[in-house]
Amino acid sequence: MRTPCIPRRGIAVLAAAAALSLGACGSSDDTAAATPTASPAAALTVRDPWVKAADSGMTAAFAVLANDSDTDVTVTAVTSPASPMELHEMAMQEGKMVMRPKAGGFVVKAHGTHELSPGGDHLMLMQPSAPIKPGDRVAFTLTLADGRSVAFTAVAKPFAGAGESYAPGMHG
Amino acid sequence: MRRRLLLSGGAGAAVGAVAATVASGRSPDPAAPPSTVDDTGTGVVPFHGPRQAGVSTEPQAHAAFVAFTLHSGTDRAALGRMMRLLSDDASRLTRGVAPLGDTEPELAVLPARLTVTFGFGPGLYAAAGLPSPVAELPPFPIDRLEEAWSGGDLILQICADDPLTVTHAQRMLVKDTRPFAAVRWVQRGFRRSRGAQAPTHTQRNVMGQLDGTANPRDAALETAVWAGDATTLVVRRIRADLERWDLLSAADKEQAVGRRLGSGAPLTGTRELDEPDFAAVNAAGLRVMPDFAHVTRARVTDDRLRILRRPYNYDHSVDAAGRPDTGLVFASYQSDVERQFVPIQRRLAEMDLLNEWVTPVGSAVFAVPPGCPEGGWIGSALLS
Repeated sequence: MRTPCIPRRGIAVLAAAAALSLGACGSSDDTAAATPTASPAAALTVRDPWVKAADSGMTAAFAVLANDSDTDVTVTAVTSPASPMELHEMAMQEGKMVMRPKAGGFVVKAHGTHELSPGGDHLMLMQPSAPIKPGDRVAFTLTLADGRSVAFTAVAKPFAGAGESYAPGMHG
Repeated sequence: MRRRLLLSGGAGAAVGAVAATVASGRSPDPAAPPSTVDDTGTGVVPFHGPRQAGVSTEPQAHAAFVAFTLHSGTDRAALGRMMRLLSDDASRLTRGVAPLGDTEPELAVLPARLTVTFGFGPGLYAAAGLPSPVAELPPFPIDRLEEAWSGGDLILQICADDPLTVTHAQRMLVKDTRPFAAVRWVQRGFRRSRGAQAPTHTQRNVMGQLDGTANPRDAALETAVWAGDATTLVVRRIRADLERWDLLSAADKEQAVGRRLGSGAPLTGTRELDEPDFAAVNAAGLRVMPDFAHVTRARVTDDRLRILRRPYNYDHSVDAAGRPDTGLVFASYQSDVERQFVPIQRRLAEMDLLNEWVTPVGSAVFAVPPGCPEGGWIGSALLS
């Protein structure tokens, strides 16, 4: 299916984005590495999903969640055959950035997008059962507040950043 | 003044939108293409198709040839994962879209006719447990090959009309290749800037010669380059001894090459594309096109035996005495290396006066597999 073309930056640049990012919108069709699919009724689409490759230990998955409907959508949980999962956010606690479970899940505003990115909200793979190798394809399913679900596949990429996801509370 | 200049371009409406955004005091989308005065930055060469781009593509101004040595554990399955990742990166970068996980997405917005062409060396086929369609070139007496510029299991030819675009694409592609292979060598090269001359101009090398006049065109190019939708790539690093080349008079240089330096015309003609007359003799009874001239030695009359030269100049550090490290990254595409490239190189090695001033210091051979459709990946027919 064709994923909706929604400028992914803020409203402030809607005009510029609409005029300039035709190429970028075209990219939302590019499902070469990952094929987001949604159950028929789900309003949420998953764009450009990827997961940080890891030989062992925790890692994280990222994507742009796009809500093409007239009402807000809340992601309440995520599952994967690859690992126990949690929805995480990064937050300042006692002067340092730590990750923690996101209370209430991720809210994707009506006709809006919500970016899951290194250093921000992310899908946490708490304990992968096997190494996630670069180029691997990892399946995920998001559960929405209304009970519906959205399945997608993310490609694993080597990525040096997002280290904060691995050692919350430790000094750099 | 500036605004009128910008708006007169093809991207007028888009530029206007950016101008409005800036004027309103908001910062523009960092991932949106900046305003440009012509289409050099925004040009797109499609990545997807039955054949890989970057072969018969009008050569871009800048190139990076990046060769890799596969890690010992990189087997066929790993090669598939690698090529899936790299093909996805290339499909995005060539459209001016940041690859997944790009830490500098604002560098991806100007593709500048970026192409990423993948070639597989003999070692990649061995790692995949497959017979290789290509082999390293036989040794030639003129070769002074250095390990630092030779061989490779995988090559990425990254070309664009902007050097920063090449640099960013190279960085992203190297990062995604690293789990599977080590960088073996990188050769950067350049031609005239886009727009400096008509697109059909023949490249001029650092020795001042036109280079590629005899390139096959149209139907001849089809015959010479493509075997179905595949081809082969030979990359030779040719060092030029400009200090000794300087000792020659212009007439001597023209004798060595067989062409006029200014026009590129053969010594028997007046225009660059005139066919050389190898039988013509002068008043003294000597051939006008000397037997030892580069053009005489390299000539091929059968289209099936020609090669597509796609060379780039290189020019690195100059030593304290002012001597340059300069020459040619000679990239050549042909359907069959043995049948086309080797005989020409053999004739040049035997008796090409130009050998006095140029030395091959690097050599590598790659098979260039077919392209891929949207959603596919390069090499899938081979590695799946």
